[in-house]
Amino acid sequence: MSERLDERVRRLLGPAGPEITCEECFERIDRYVELELRAGAAGADAEIPGMAAHLDGCPACAEEHATLRALLTSRPGS
Amino acid sequence: MLSRPAASDDAAPAARAVPVAAADDAARWLEPLRSQGPARERAVAELHALLLRAARFAVRRAGGGGAHLRELHEDLAQQSADDALVALLGKLDAFRGESRFTTWAYKFAVLEASVALRRHAWQGREIPLERDGWLALSDGGVSPGEQAQTGELLAALRDAIADGLTSHQRRVLVAVTLDGVPIDVLAERLGTTRGALYKTLHDARRRLRAALARRGFDLDPVDREEPR
Repeated sequence: MSERLDERVRRLLGPAGPEITCEECFERIDRYVELELRAGAAGADAEIPGMAAHLDGCPACAEEHATLRALLTSRPGS
Repeated sequence: MLSRPAASDDAAPAARAVPVAAADDAARWLEPLRSQGPARERAVAELHALLLRAARFAVRRAGGGGAHLRELHEDLAQQSADDALVALLGKLDAFRGESRFTTWAYKFAVLEASVALRRHAWQGREIPLERDGWLALSDGGVSPGEQAQTGELLAALRDAIADGLTSHQRRVLVAVTLDGVPIDVLAERLGTTRGALYKTLHDARRRLRAALARRGFDLDPVDREEPR
């Protein structure tokens, strides 16, 4: 299957595994990002199951996660 | 199919190289913020400055550059920092110390700024909720060798979208996943919440997966848990 088609089907079907809600995502995103930066994605996913699946399925939460992560790794003043 | 690229297990090098914040003792924030008088006023002002930095970062990252946007972006950042401050102070007791206080605070500003930018981008734009966008789900662009396989899958998907979903599920699914409408923008237009709409989206996706599985498509497991 082509990448473009696969992406559309993936967006339609969403993540396969169990996922947390948008509210739970906001509650725990600070902890999750710090874990990612300290222990890597596997460590963060192990401590907060369902977060990675939710970020895969929810574009808005994924954008906020990426921004928070970028902010924490930015240099002061940037 | 549908596999996601494996996430790296390596911590970001930049995170190791640059400390997040020099003085990030939660007590340093919480005590004055819970007090009265000048100490609280100073802490609130410092917190607002922190939130404004985060909001400016979020707006600049998502909103792009350009001198003509500078004033608009600054307005959005200021408003987002103000809103984030109110939201944060209202939830101060919810801080459990699971992250640094500054990281916890940043997320309020990032949320407010991201939502404000998305709403601004869609301001005045029509959201074609009744459009049958899913009917255009075609296998254009795939190689002839793939067409038989993908054609069958797309036909099954179109059937599942047409027959297996409620009209509300269908319009939310199409708007968010095919038309790229941000879920918080859609929630505002429909007079509901982002969480409620995501639940609708989740239920629709689960129905699609179940319908495809019944027709013999080898997808990932369908026994997903309900979002709580």
